[in-house]
Amino acid sequence: MQRKKECVAMLLAGGQGSRLYALTNNIAKPAVPFGAKYRIIDFPLSNCVNSGIDTVGVLTQYQPLVLNEYIGNGQPWDLDRNFGGVHVLSPYQKKAKSAWYEGTANAIYQNLNFIKMYNPEYVLILSGDHIYKMDYSKMLKAHIDNEADCTIAAIEVPLKEASRFGILNTNPDGSIYEFEEKPKHPKSTLASMGVYIFTAEKMYKYLEEDDDDPNSSKDFGKNILPAMLNAGEKMFAYRFEGYWKDVGTISSLWEANMDLLGDKPAFDVADSSWKIHSRNPLAPPEYCGENAVVKNSMIALGCEICGTVENSVLSSNVVIEEGAVIKDSVIMSGTVVKRNAVVRYSILDEDVRVGENAVIGEDKETAKGIAVLGRNVCVGSKAKVAAGAMIDKDIKEGEEVL
Amino acid sequence: MSAVGIIFSNIHDENVPELSSQRTMGSIPYGGRYRLIDFALSNLVNSGVTTVGIITKNNYQSLMDHLGSGKDWDLARKTGGLVLLPPFGAKDNEGLYKNRLEALKSITGFLSRRNEDYAILCDCDGVYRMDFSDIIDYHEEKQADITLVCHTEEIANSSKYTLVQSDETGRVTEIQLDETVSGTHKYYSNILIINRLFLIRLIADAVAHGYKSCRRDILQRNLKTLKIYAYDFKGYHATIDSFGSYYMHNMELLNKSVRDELFGARDIYTKVRDSAPSKYGDECVVKNSLVSDGCIVEGRVENSILFRGVRVGKDAVIKNSIIMQDAVVGDNVNLNCVITDKNVVIRNNRVLSGCEIRPYFLAKGTVI
Repeated sequence: MQRKKECVAMLLAGGQGSRLYALTNNIAKPAVPFGAKYRIIDFPLSNCVNSGIDTVGVLTQYQPLVLNEYIGNGQPWDLDRNFGGVHVLSPYQKKAKSAWYEGTANAIYQNLNFIKMYNPEYVLILSGDHIYKMDYSKMLKAHIDNEADCTIAAIEVPLKEASRFGILNTNPDGSIYEFEEKPKHPKSTLASMGVYIFTAEKMYKYLEEDDDDPNSSKDFGKNILPAMLNAGEKMFAYRFEGYWKDVGTISSLWEANMDLLGDKPAFDVADSSWKIHSRNPLAPPEYCGENAVVKNSMIALGCEICGTVENSVLSSNVVIEEGAVIKDSVIMSGTVVKRNAVVRYSILDEDVRVGENAVIGEDKETAKGIAVLGRNVCVGSKAKVAAGAMIDKDIKEGEEVL
Repeated sequence: MSAVGIIFSNIHDENVPELSSQRTMGSIPYGGRYRLIDFALSNLVNSGVTTVGIITKNNYQSLMDHLGSGKDWDLARKTGGLVLLPPFGAKDNEGLYKNRLEALKSITGFLSRRNEDYAILCDCDGVYRMDFSDIIDYHEEKQADITLVCHTEEIANSSKYTLVQSDETGRVTEIQLDETVSGTHKYYSNILIINRLFLIRLIADAVAHGYKSCRRDILQRNLKTLKIYAYDFKGYHATIDSFGSYYMHNMELLNKSVRDELFGARDIYTKVRDSAPSKYGDECVVKNSLVSDGCIVEGRVENSILFRGVRVGKDAVIKNSIIMQDAVVGDNVNLNCVITDKNVVIRNNRVLSGCEIRPYFLAKGTVI
């Protein structure tokens, strides 16, 4: 008997995430740290494992080093398997037509051999830039019950945001009669989450046809889904209710981090019934000093806090010295904020140094935007970084940057 | 460096009976997210040791659960790695081993199948960070038969220490056992280095003579005939010899200098639990305290250590206390000098207090 998997997941992780500016200068978007100890990719990977899907191909292209290192052999997600497990799939040279991944559909097309190794009945397509907890096995059951060829996970979004998404117009039974990619005048508010389940044979067919079409932009949303709909394939929307956030922009990344805070957080990562697995930092417990003030914050292991931290999310091994104030900010691992520096409404990437008495950003209420300091940036003492600034170079002592 | 590590996980169980009644000395929780064995094990791994045998005797379920395959210490290996050495019920054994010599005899098979030059023997009563390759260099330089790692510190009225005196070259001249002592002394930290093949010979010889005590019959008896040297370890070394010292040494972790020395290089490994990061509420006050992952703190915590997954309710006050894994401390509870073992629940409005030399203890799973 040939060994097979019922469902193989393919995770699109090649995007540059250019709207995250300095945060993705050197790393792919799915590797961006989130929620004090996680990276964005932990969420789809944990969802897969918790849904019983143990074969995941991760398609990488842009700056894959950190992501590759992070995924490793998949052991933190229990995805180091003899048959299946997590595999990083980068573009590779072929006898003819060697190419980078040209679009989401092309990326999958180039790895059809990987999928076929497992001879699956269904293929789950995921993207690596969303924060959510979702049981894919329920969606797969709906797909099977509907005898669908393609099922698209969908969520209600506010009308004014609907034009940012792919909008699904459905019949009362959930079947899709129209698909509009980023419509100017959306007819409904049911947005595609970028999570698709295909019946494998159908997907192979449409990907192969699409590859032969020189005018296609080789994208699921723009080409594959409309082609299937026009051909009259059975396509269903699967309504997802719960927290789902696209963290593709600075402000949405900041908001998603803030959604973790509070007594009853909008998004709970501590939910023991749906554990989010991750590669864990090697660090002792965090230490709060004599004069530390910590309010409504999430703090990871290894931090040393001697100053004030309010409404903020701190990753591992962050040092906040005496007199420093952190408010409404996201601080990633290894960053040091020196004495009496003030950081408000900002995102500080990994290993940033903020000098004594430096001022980063301003109060959330008055700021015109979130200040962002990229990886390894050093800010000299008494320097000032204005609200909304995007910084990826060192700032000298006393300098003011708008 | 080629050395095999041997860890005795059970030897000092009687030191802290409160915490070891249901577990080995090695699996006693320590410092917010560690177990005592993590220190010996991490030091071995960081010194380049890739094979570690762990001798167990009884109550070692918690230890096995903690260690798993050894992957968290990078010891899940095809060659060597972590090797659990449970009691070996051979024909000529009379059941469970009763002393260190019998324990060593039961692992001679393991020792003779290895090919490393040296064996590093450690117990689980110490909290320290040490590079064993320095000690092996010393051992080779002195051409010693046995090197004992020693530490000089104040001892408070205890008979559990092995006092060591050495001459100016470092050679051990006198070993005192089982004497109740106080004051500052040099003592053996229960870590020794020995040539592996020589160890096997010593064990066979001791068994043939019917010897019972490693310290008395091998070390003390052979001071003249064997070259036994003392290596003075100058760094931070905490010896857990009683419940009181367990409390005191845990509290020392609130000093930055101790923390920096022990954890500065971030290389003490432990079992990974995938807890969420800890959350601090709007009304919480946390001062001079260590907090582990997965905690939810809404009350006041001062001079205390919270292990993983502890919940501190509103208006609760925890001072000078050690609260272990998954405890629930209710609203308006007041604790001072309390140590709670795992999974303790303290209901709303309770007031509990011990004192520094005798902390109040709540056993595993207590609901009060």
